[in-house]
Amino acid sequence: MSEDKPTHAHASDYVIHDVWEKLAGITPARIALGRAGTGLPTREVLRFALAHAQARDAVHTPFDSAQVTADIAALGFETVEVASAAPARDVYLRRPDLGRRLSEEGRAALRERAGEPVDIAIVVADGLSSTAIHAQAVPFLAAFKARVAEAGWSLAPVVVASQARVALGDEAGEILKAQAVVVLVGERPGLSSPDSLGLYLTFAPRVGRSDAERNCISNVRGEGLSHEHAAFKLAWLLKEALARRLTGVSLKDESDLLLVAGHPPAPRLR
Amino acid sequence: MPYRHVVGPQTYAFADLKDLMAKATPLRSGDMLAGVAAASAEENVAARMCLAEVPLTAFLSEALVPYEADEVTRLIIDTHDAAAFRPVSHMTVGDFRDFLLSASATSEALAALAPGVTPEMAAAVSKLMRNQDLIAVARKCRVVTKFRNTIGLPGTMAVRLQPNHPTDDAAGITASILDGLLYGCGDAVIGINPASDSIPALSELLKLTDGIIQRFEIPTQACVLTHVTTSTEVINRGVPVDLVFQSVAGTQAANASFGIDLAVLKEGREAALSLKRGTLGDNVMYFETGQGSALSANAHHGVDQQTLEARAYAVCRPFEPLLVNTVVGFIGPEYLYDGKQIIRAGLEDHFCGKLMGVPLGCDVCYTNHAEADQDDMDTLMTLLGAAGVTYIMGIPGSDDVMLNYQSTSFHDQLYLREVLGLKRAPEFEAWLQRMGITGPDGRLKAHRGNHPLLAAAPELAA
Repeated sequence: MSEDKPTHAHASDYVIHDVWEKLAGITPARIALGRAGTGLPTREVLRFALAHAQARDAVHTPFDSAQVTADIAALGFETVEVASAAPARDVYLRRPDLGRRLSEEGRAALRERAGEPVDIAIVVADGLSSTAIHAQAVPFLAAFKARVAEAGWSLAPVVVASQARVALGDEAGEILKAQAVVVLVGERPGLSSPDSLGLYLTFAPRVGRSDAERNCISNVRGEGLSHEHAAFKLAWLLKEALARRLTGVSLKDESDLLLVAGHPPAPRLR
Repeated sequence: MPYRHVVGPQTYAFADLKDLMAKATPLRSGDMLAGVAAASAEENVAARMCLAEVPLTAFLSEALVPYEADEVTRLIIDTHDAAAFRPVSHMTVGDFRDFLLSASATSEALAALAPGVTPEMAAAVSKLMRNQDLIAVARKCRVVTKFRNTIGLPGTMAVRLQPNHPTDDAAGITASILDGLLYGCGDAVIGINPASDSIPALSELLKLTDGIIQRFEIPTQACVLTHVTTSTEVINRGVPVDLVFQSVAGTQAANASFGIDLAVLKEGREAALSLKRGTLGDNVMYFETGQGSALSANAHHGVDQQTLEARAYAVCRPFEPLLVNTVVGFIGPEYLYDGKQIIRAGLEDHFCGKLMGVPLGCDVCYTNHAEADQDDMDTLMTLLGAAGVTYIMGIPGSDDVMLNYQSTSFHDQLYLREVLGLKRAPEFEAWLQRMGITGPDGRLKAHRGNHPLLAAAPELAA
């Protein structure tokens, strides 16, 4: 280091701040970040890297199927663990078709557990975010259990499925003789939402159903739709689906009309 | 017609031109998913050697997607310009590559040739090209389009300002637009992907962007990226529409899955033209494409995804679009697995579009389940900048909070301009200087005090 080089320059002297920083409060978009030359300031580069790392981990963190199954059983549900036909995560990402079908063992396990026809089958699928299932599946099912009790629906054992996509629920629901299948799935993680749960409802599940035949409730997570609100919406859609015998584009979610001051009414247990 | 190629003791047979093209394609997950990829590295190169010997005229006589079953094939064959094609009509695919790289293939010669190049010819030659070839030839191609400014001039690169918001909140969108303008972005278009598809909500967004453009007399255009039939309906209700948007693909069946055909696109274009809102030109269409869309719609006819992508540009071409971009990494790892595949696809798409005379930009992007990151995007955008890409996306901090993917940012385009010396559309560049946002050298000024754009923010966002 040369002795005459100034050593007192503050790091922030090299960052040009954006004077419109107050606008950043009105959008989740990353605005008014400032710049170092033409690049992002160090703080922002690292903030972005952390968000991306969390989203990547959400995709690749191994799904703790045993723990999730145990926690769901502790809520009082019957459970069964299965895997899709995709043997590993990298295959799962390359071959969406395999993630939509049960493994041979999984199919056999469900056939063994299939009993009399039921109203609803519930499938918990890791999807593209095991982080989302680890964080949201159990508290959501706790909230949904009260809605099931309120409506008096009969349930198949809760299926906990590894390396699984939404359409795996079609095969599972069909084997379990369910009128409708509900799939809880880890959604494709966004940079700001690595732990978002999606709920997909399909009436008369059969292999080969198209996405246009499903209803979806998205963004179930702390900063998004609450577990209680999501459970209320799902129960509303289920009631309509079972009564009208359909799901998909012709079933519109109008549950918000029943909200009280923006909140779902509490379940009434009988 | 079957094709064969001998490598040492091994004879490789290819059932037809479609099979040969697929096996000659650099490896990617989508072609593996479709079951059309080469089974080994050697078969891939054998297919390329075989393809190099195929005469270009073969693509005029052997359709990869049947003529009778597909209106895109009919469009390609029925509108082929034989006179433009004549200078290369005697060449094989391999000869064609050598010609494109040669000094004989000047910008003028390539512009004259473009109407004679079918998408299959462009795709075929791209399969024989390395990344540097794709860059070197694309750089020579000139495609200039106009609406309220001039896009595609040599030495320029435009940016789409993409101010998306998860709930279409007017204040939030306005904040992102102001941020982008103050970073010198928006000459390609101010283009919003709406969360809603309701006509009243879309109309509000169109009025919002039109209001900002009118108030500050910005030489640019706006677009709300909704279905072409919805845009046509909005136009009929008297709402200001600059550009009509549509996603398109390379087969009739894939387009049907998007709810469109060529006739619907023609209606959309005529509706936009009827408004006469362009001040410098009549390029009123904005199209998006991307490798894998046909397979995803189960409408690929056993053709590789890169060839089908080039066919999507043939769909765009007759509608004289202002902008076309490939959304290269959006579709996910089952089509383009990692950064290497995304980079290659981006360069192929840009080359094929430009060779065909289409104003190709690129959404340099990836999703979080692909094996890619910001370093891969830096590489691709730098290569595309060198290749003369028409435009890239500008998204606050690279993070699209509505569509949940990462693309290029307001900062990224500043970096490209700095390292490659790229200018903006000249009319927009002059506006930025008038507004005191950039200096005469095109660099951003350090913003001091309250800029007129910011002073207007509270009422714009109200």
